[in-house]
Amino acid sequence: MATGKRQRIVVVGHGMVGHRFAQAAVERGLTETHDLLVFGEEPREAYDRVALTSWFGQGSDALSLLPGGAYDDPRVRLVLDSVVTEVDRVAQTVTVVSPPSAVPDLLSNPGAVTVHEYDVLVLATGAAPFVPPVEGRGKDGCFVYRTIEDLEAIKAASESATSGVVIGGGLLGLEAANALVQLGLDTHVVEMAPRLMPVQLDGAAGSTLVRHIEKLGVKVHTGVLTEEIEGGEAVTGLRVRQAGTDEGAPTDVIETQVVVFSAGIRPRDALARECDLEVAPRGGVLVDEQCRSADPRIFAIGECAAPGGTMYGLVAPGYTMAEVVVDALLDGPGAFTGADMSTKLKLLGVDVASFGDAFATTDGALELTYSDAVAGVYKKLVVSEDGTRLLGGILVGDASAYGVLRPMVSSGMALPDNPEQLILPASSGVQIGMPDEAQVCSCNDVTKADILHALTDEACESVADVKQCTRAGSTCGSCVSTVKNIIEDHFASVGKVVDKGLCEHFRLTRQELFDVVAVHGYRRFDDIVEAHGTGRGCDICKPAIASILASQTSTHILEPVTAELQDTNDKYLGNIQRNGTYSVVPRIPGGEITPEKLIVIGEVARDFGLYTKITGGQRIDLFGARMEQLPVIWRRLVDAGFESGHAYGKSLRTVKSCVGSTWCRYGVQDSVGLAIALELRYRGLRSPHKLKGGVSGCARECAEARGKDFGVIATEKGWNLYVGGNGGATPAHARLLAGDLDTATLVAYLDRFLMYYIRTADRLQRTSTWIEQLEGGLDRVREVVVEDSLGLGAELEAEMARHVGGYEDEWRATLEDPAKLERFVSFVNAPGTPDPSIAFTTERDQIQPIAPALIPVGAPA
Amino acid sequence: MSTVTDSTPDAMTPDSMTPDSMTPDSMTPVCAVEAIPLEGGVAALVGGAAVAVFRTYDGSVFAIGNVDPFSGASVLSRGIVGNRGDAPVVSSPMYKQAFDLRTGQCLDDDSVRVPAYAVSVVDGVVHVGGVT
Repeated sequence: MATGKRQRIVVVGHGMVGHRFAQAAVERGLTETHDLLVFGEEPREAYDRVALTSWFGQGSDALSLLPGGAYDDPRVRLVLDSVVTEVDRVAQTVTVVSPPSAVPDLLSNPGAVTVHEYDVLVLATGAAPFVPPVEGRGKDGCFVYRTIEDLEAIKAASESATSGVVIGGGLLGLEAANALVQLGLDTHVVEMAPRLMPVQLDGAAGSTLVRHIEKLGVKVHTGVLTEEIEGGEAVTGLRVRQAGTDEGAPTDVIETQVVVFSAGIRPRDALARECDLEVAPRGGVLVDEQCRSADPRIFAIGECAAPGGTMYGLVAPGYTMAEVVVDALLDGPGAFTGADMSTKLKLLGVDVASFGDAFATTDGALELTYSDAVAGVYKKLVVSEDGTRLLGGILVGDASAYGVLRPMVSSGMALPDNPEQLILPASSGVQIGMPDEAQVCSCNDVTKADILHALTDEACESVADVKQCTRAGSTCGSCVSTVKNIIEDHFASVGKVVDKGLCEHFRLTRQELFDVVAVHGYRRFDDIVEAHGTGRGCDICKPAIASILASQTSTHILEPVTAELQDTNDKYLGNIQRNGTYSVVPRIPGGEITPEKLIVIGEVARDFGLYTKITGGQRIDLFGARMEQLPVIWRRLVDAGFESGHAYGKSLRTVKSCVGSTWCRYGVQDSVGLAIALELRYRGLRSPHKLKGGVSGCARECAEARGKDFGVIATEKGWNLYVGGNGGATPAHARLLAGDLDTATLVAYLDRFLMYYIRTADRLQRTSTWIEQLEGGLDRVREVVVEDSLGLGAELEAEMARHVGGYEDEWRATLEDPAKLERFVSFVNAPGTPDPSIAFTTERDQIQPIAPALIPVGAPA
Repeated sequence: MSTVTDSTPDAMTPDSMTPDSMTPDSMTPVCAVEAIPLEGGVAALVGGAAVAVFRTYDGSVFAIGNVDPFSGASVLSRGIVGNRGDAPVVSSPMYKQAFDLRTGQCLDDDSVRVPAYAVSVVDGVVHVGGVT
């Protein structure tokens, strides 16, 4: 590489691999010496094509790998909607055709053809779906399945269709079938091979998969050839005959209005062919181990490349190639020497995994199989002739062993004496010792040793800690259960009892306690501790149980049965401050308040000499109230129409909002109206940790909703729902749970999300860490909340309805009950004497506490 | 320290007390025993000092200084009452350290202790005496 002058790298293609290349270039400092100019052909930035099906539930934003469409590093320019049509290797230029809309400041001649020089050219043009030469394939109603635009077209066509056929029963074909099922079509899959997923599965595994899929109403036709697509301009049916029969043999017709081709992909290597770069016999730019083509200035990565003549149709090898090229440009030693083609995925809700030598092609390889037709489980291990090493395997219906088995193949570790134990049902399974060098997380290349290091040297104690520290399990999440087992085994081996119990009084976790309370219908701490714990409780278990009881019943928290379980703040319905006084926070839903009410707050603060401050949650905090003053202060506030803001509780605090479409010229929805509705709906809801919400009226996000446990952002079509955000010591950005929702669906999902969290989170576990430690992470939350995979949706919504119906203002109810007011006295034997240790000074025209320790005993207040 | 006239703390339930058991004159009546919530506390003013008076699950009554030594705030009576091992404890509402109700000893910091007061229950009325 030349030094001094900055070099320019032109990247052709902004798919997953092109994006990874740009990311790696920034992360590894390549942009210190190089400028990147990236051309993407699609109208949007790179998105997660692997998860394409989830577009239905979540919309495009959720799939985006670069939300906002620009890199933070200004030395990387991304130009979308632009097609590179020619490479001139002599002049070292590319020719680009862009529509008028593409970034005018970059392209001096918008809407036309531009030419750009390169020092290094990286081809990342991906692959195109292969459409077999079937008669009628150009009719209306025929589609491929690769881009969001393809999905949009399929969705539009489905609106007037009743039936759809996918041609191709491979991995992508089944994904496409899933899409048709979600669109409500009567779905067929036609596969020429005698089984589904012929590349990954053997016959028995394929049959097991068929049984699962047919249960979902998908009709599977294997060993079937497509003869013709029937219809006039539009598709009306698919004529098929048995594979292996001659033309003229009897045919069948599957009636359909939608046909999706998913019969494999072909590398998009036309640019390379046209500039006379060598391509592999089966397509793909022929490149060496550094992914360099015959022209040393041109690299190819991802599905358009064929390192050593082989094209890899998975994203992980593409990512590796991207990293290798960045390394090469930094003069590093990285090389691409083939890829682990192991696959684990969930197809139509069925776990499928295939790894290593799945078809036992190694000489003398032996197969061990386990199958349970009733449960729909099939597992096969391929072991070496001497039975000492695992070579590969296939898992259908239950792929939980994948995390243990796949590393055994790559590490070559010795098999246990009874290898069949590895695939027998978990109850009879043996504990598998994994070698330290075994790779646990393939997405982020984390080994068992890395995890152990995190546990011993980084003081990690939980899956969430390890995830944060090593990134293991933070991408696809498939290894989380393995990570969890490693953590538990490690602690067991060093004799550390991994005590998940709440405290010395309960061996149960908060979630277990929650279930116990629900099942037995307990209402009293005494009954719970007697039946499930020991002793008389403490400041950990008592508030936790108080919170659980509050979530399950609508009893006032200061009723005698629970009053003494409450944490101080709850016990006095205020937030204790450093000098023993309390703050008063009336609810101001959505931050909207009338001038009259503002005046009341001002008058109350003035009359009681309280310090006032605007909070981050768009309300007003009044500080310095003595405990015995709380009822009189609240009397004034309640009479003026205020209610408790629950600032003292582990409960919903505020739903912050921007001003929204009512006033803001950019707003697209009424964010204030929704924020108020949500705050009123969830007010008083007790939860494992405090909860905050936000609603923004447009994508400018002025309410900072993604910094909240639940954030709602308006779209043209409805609302996007984000979950798991927070500020504080460990800030987290909320992630998209579902997109473009109407208000009723949004509320239903939120009801489910919050109740699921309240049921299953640990004590003081915020939504972000709760999601992190769930097996499956956010995807798991989505399954439960959006897809209702546990069938819990109605139950969770009913629980929330009970909460909403049972809500009463805690302060109003307290003021109406003399028994509850009894505790608000300074001294039981001198109720007229205020606590003499409380004293204030004045700073910036308001009170400030004097540190109590500095006050001589007996000094006047 | 929870002292009773019969000097056996474990037996110190209101029922076990003789109505006319001796209460030294130096003791201050503060409230009816029922005024203290079970497993809760109240603050009382005894000779100018703020005292936290607690009633545990078995009905025993204890009194310790109300000032939380870690914050200086007069708040211990508002803490959560429970047990740590054999010790009846209150945890400070401010920073959650536990204090042994019998002795005032902080169980999270050996060097910290709050005063413990003599206490007795006579005719259903709680009396607080001097520092023990």
